[in-house]
Amino acid sequence: MLTCQQLTELVTEYLENRLSFTDRLRFRMHVGMCRHCRAYIDQMRQTVRTLGRLPAEEIPPEVRDALLVQFRNWKRQ
Amino acid sequence: MSDPTSNRRVSAEDEATVERLLAGDEATFTDLVERYHGRLLRLALLFVSDRASAEEVVQDTWLAVITGLPAFEGRSGLKTWIFSILSNRAKTRGRREKRSVPFSALTSADQGNDPAVDPSRFTSGGGWSAPPEKWDEDTPERLLLRQETRAAVDAAILALPAAQRAVITLRDVEGVDSAEVCNILEISDTNQRVLLHRARAKVRTALEQHVGSSR
Repeated sequence: MLTCQQLTELVTEYLENRLSFTDRLRFRMHVGMCRHCRAYIDQMRQTVRTLGRLPAEEIPPEVRDALLVQFRNWKRQ
Repeated sequence: MSDPTSNRRVSAEDEATVERLLAGDEATFTDLVERYHGRLLRLALLFVSDRASAEEVVQDTWLAVITGLPAFEGRSGLKTWIFSILSNRAKTRGRREKRSVPFSALTSADQGNDPAVDPSRFTSGGGWSAPPEKWDEDTPERLLLRQETRAAVDAAILALPAAQRAVITLRDVEGVDSAEVCNILEISDTNQRVLLHRARAKVRTALEQHVGSSR
């Protein structure tokens, strides 16, 4: 039987679909019975979602304008 | 891999963008630059030592994108193509600055045996003694509205060993698929997963501390 602690080390393999058939089964059976581990996996998924929404910094207008000039020059050639 | 349909992965949208760029459409170029500049900077910083170098790499990348457009074959999407130009340039630059050990030469800090969750949160039998709380469905959205949390996530990523930071930034922040990440970082799929696991666990821990305080 998989422990909660062991499960936390297998979460990435699980989410990446890399567990063997048997390990996946053991993982799922544990999750079915353990709401704490369900909460943990959900937190992991939400962490990934949060990372995917981290805003990047905006381009400074002068850098954008300089690039546009280069684009124009290229077009003229 | 030999599936003949698989070498045209480019979307109709990418195709249209490239056509407009080749026709010299300035609005399309401005859009592209606004959409990707910050992301390219973030990626360049994985490979080079300082911000000034990263900015130069990004500028060079844009020039290479412009001049390379006619040769864009659409074997990968536009984003993948731009990212690969950037990462090649940033890697070369990083090597020249002797900053970067190859990501394949993983340090013990990268591989680390540090557990995903603090062992003190489990009983001796491996069950939770301090279990994680259930987060609301909109937790990421709510958290990211707060400048303080965004800074905490950025700081958590920045504090990671270099290879972990590179993998989580590429995979989770920029949405690059695992095969492409292995390609860019020249690491094995197994290493990629180990690094991703360690990195995600640490960012989750950082987020957990902020979820409680945001209620």
